[in-house]
Amino acid sequence: MTEILQTSPEIGGMGHSVKRKEDPRFIRGKGEYIDDLTLPGMLWLDIVRSPYAHATIKGIDASEALKIPGVAAVVTGKDLEGYKLHWMPTLAGDMQMVLPTDTVMYQSQEVAAVIATSRYAAADGVAAVLVDYEPLPVVVDPHKSLEKDAPVLRPDRGEDKKTNHIWHWESGDKAAADAALEASDVRVAEDIYIPRIHVASIETCGCIADWDPVRQQLTLHMTSQAPHAIRTVLALVAAGAGLPISEQNIRVKTHDIGGGFGGKVPVYPGYVLAVAASFLIGKPVKWIEDRSENLQADSFARDYHIHAEIGATREGRIQALKVKTIADHGYSDAAADPSKFPAGLFNVITGSYDFDKAFVEVDGVYTNKPPGGVAYRCSFRVTEAVHAIERMVDILAHDVGKDPAQLRLENFIKPDQFPYKTPTGWEYDSGDYGRALHKALDLIGYADLRKEQAEKRARGELMGIGISSFTEIVGAGPSHDFDILGLKMFDSCEIRVHPTGKVLARIGVQTQGQGHETTFAQIIAQELGFPVADIKIEYGDTDTAPYGLGTYASRSTPVAGAATAVAARKIRDKARKLAAHLLEASEEDLEWTPGEFHVKGSPDRKKTIQEIAFAAYTNHPAGMEAGLEAVDYYDPPNLTFPFGSYICVVDIDKGTGEVKVRRFVAVDDCGNIINPMIVDGQIHGGLTMGLAPALYEQITYDENGNNLTGTFMDYLLPTAVETPAWELEKTVTPSPHHPIGAKGVGESATVGAPPAIANAVVDALWHLGVRNIDIPITPPKVWAILHEKGIA
Amino acid sequence: MAEHIALVVNGQRREGDVEPRRMLVQFLREDLELTGTHIGCDTSQCGACTVHVDGQAVKSCTMLAVQADGATVTTIEGMQAADGALHPLQQAFWEKHGLQCGFCTPGMIMAAADLLARNANPTDDEIRHAIEGNICRCTGYHNIVAAIREAARTMPAGATAPPPTPATVNA
Repeated sequence: MTEILQTSPEIGGMGHSVKRKEDPRFIRGKGEYIDDLTLPGMLWLDIVRSPYAHATIKGIDASEALKIPGVAAVVTGKDLEGYKLHWMPTLAGDMQMVLPTDTVMYQSQEVAAVIATSRYAAADGVAAVLVDYEPLPVVVDPHKSLEKDAPVLRPDRGEDKKTNHIWHWESGDKAAADAALEASDVRVAEDIYIPRIHVASIETCGCIADWDPVRQQLTLHMTSQAPHAIRTVLALVAAGAGLPISEQNIRVKTHDIGGGFGGKVPVYPGYVLAVAASFLIGKPVKWIEDRSENLQADSFARDYHIHAEIGATREGRIQALKVKTIADHGYSDAAADPSKFPAGLFNVITGSYDFDKAFVEVDGVYTNKPPGGVAYRCSFRVTEAVHAIERMVDILAHDVGKDPAQLRLENFIKPDQFPYKTPTGWEYDSGDYGRALHKALDLIGYADLRKEQAEKRARGELMGIGISSFTEIVGAGPSHDFDILGLKMFDSCEIRVHPTGKVLARIGVQTQGQGHETTFAQIIAQELGFPVADIKIEYGDTDTAPYGLGTYASRSTPVAGAATAVAARKIRDKARKLAAHLLEASEEDLEWTPGEFHVKGSPDRKKTIQEIAFAAYTNHPAGMEAGLEAVDYYDPPNLTFPFGSYICVVDIDKGTGEVKVRRFVAVDDCGNIINPMIVDGQIHGGLTMGLAPALYEQITYDENGNNLTGTFMDYLLPTAVETPAWELEKTVTPSPHHPIGAKGVGESATVGAPPAIANAVVDALWHLGVRNIDIPITPPKVWAILHEKGIA
Repeated sequence: MAEHIALVVNGQRREGDVEPRRMLVQFLREDLELTGTHIGCDTSQCGACTVHVDGQAVKSCTMLAVQADGATVTTIEGMQAADGALHPLQQAFWEKHGLQCGFCTPGMIMAAADLLARNANPTDDEIRHAIEGNICRCTGYHNIVAAIREAARTMPAGATAPPPTPATVNA
């Protein structure tokens, strides 16, 4: 990392709360989301879905549907089979059905596609398609799925795989962790379930596939967080099916995206069906899922059944950790984890603590549920890891009779231990965990709250204080370890400086609301001194943007942000040569201040970056290429490790079991900050997506695999009323290896918040003998406990 | 059987032939090409489709287009002044970072405008209750509340949507 020079507000480099460049279109209703687009001659696709979680398809009768005016075609799995398009690969390397030929594997699975001339006609067609099902035994519980007599859900995997077990993954030293646990004075063990949840971005998924049979060109307008990867996957699938759709003739365009949070990373059958329909009919085909389809059929997140055990000395000095987990993946592993990491980065589970020994294992399992799991504002299982370790540390503190803040402070990795190698193999680049926790304790007035709690407890009132001191792991990732389907997880930026000193930059990542058009312009403004207003950022068009792996896992700033800074520095290097030519000085004699080069000691002998840009096209020296452009594909040397300490105060209603978050203080450290206003916005949103699974959201199924939470009537997203006013603070510990010292922030709060809330609730009830409550901590769950304890 | 309807949308007289089952939101988005009003759920929870019908905030996914026959409708596109000047709520959402992906924003602004028309100086608690029918997944509501508070401060008393301009356009 190099020194960050201060820029003027007019330039608007790093550290300025620049107003967002994307907002003028959104606040006027002039955004361009997928369902806002209409192409000439466009048809509509709607999907027939299975009412059963597991069934044989005996027959599909589309004759009545085809009589409906406007219905053009009904496509079934048998039709796709002819093109070898009935199955497709997932990003995790498993296989997933586009449409079934004989068996449905979860409720709401796609069974047939109806193509019609209008949205309403397509829906009428869906209602008229008759499907004859014969129900099969349903596997809902992943533990039962592993039992010997469980039906084998995926016979397509071959004769040698007669089990619902997908994979086993482990990390750390099992024997050493066992021995250290044996030798510990205190051992704490707990089962912790992190339930299935859904990102539920307010815009659902959709696309318009536009195959031009004359030009042999496929344009796919779609809601994707990773358009380049989608293009390559499409090209590979088309090649496998022998279709004449090759990668140079595939253009993926994303337009504006109404929230992603990981749910718009996977390839869903609807996208493939629209492509297939457009290819067969030769017209543009639009598919927009509705909310119930989105909640019932799209990739879910979490669903980790964790058993954790922690060993410590009598004084509470942490020594060993052992974790065994069952991961419910539904009927197909459609996670978007890097190839080497089927359980994501779950082995970051040693968290902020100086563990000597640790061992983690995860087993992936099939059930009759939608495939997954992808993200919920955290792609790589960090939320699951942080929840488990922060719950375990809290239980340990209570067990050894130590204040949870004190126990954390005593066990943190200390600032002088960085770079710090964890027992599961990560090298944390930087951190100062004690500083963040102390700041949070001061801000919330911790000592006074503990006094208040003691007084209230004496009066029989229920109040709790919960802490979470999380370590995030983001910025995937270094190419020696990180790839998705073989594609290395670098990212990119291409910058073009125009003769009049205006800039066009294109990036390989993809905003879904994060504000890339503003923050990436700020990085360039920082590095080159052009005002933010003069810099245009483009993304999401695979014909023009450089190749990148997209935006998820908080990787935009750590990876593409670094590429942007490095590309800008390449331009500055050339600008220096041009300035030396213009000033008739040697390059070594020139000094850079944001926006200009001047001769050392003669501040008047200077050339502004705009003058230099003009000269690059009008007066470049002999022997130098004209123009002022650069591109960088950045391969990060390490991941980045944002961290923070959150403290939550809850009050519990003894009559109803309702948990009210009274205060929530979040101290975050995401390294150097590009735009403080946007970082705070990311944290506000992240905290709310931490509150949501902690108290409200869960996708549940009955024993027949029926989704009981398939609309917003039952899947409860927090509104402004449930959401508290968040209190934010920062510490700044720059990443030592990132070009601008940034770390990424989008997911931190979602990762860090749930255990702070759960710890607060358990803290309020600990004296009643409560050790753990699985999230979401709903009023019925709390009321049942209070009732059992004779309180409610 | 199509029904003929005529209504005033953002100050312009608009007419169209619609199926009786056609929802107002689809009439606005697809027939009138006013795509600023969004659809985010099937069950009237999310509020992304909020518009004003005869001066009141309405979720346009729960109203049939034929029910709006003869009504005066304002959508997000009708909030800015004729000269393009932003409505105080639009300005405040921008200033206070009250939006991220922007998808819920039009509905959120229309719900907030309805609140401020009834209550020019709401408390934070009143603001939060007024927008509880509008779900935002990005902002955590924090800056939306701040933006509405700011708009209440800067908005001239009695200000609503801009005045209508007479014209008729067939859908």
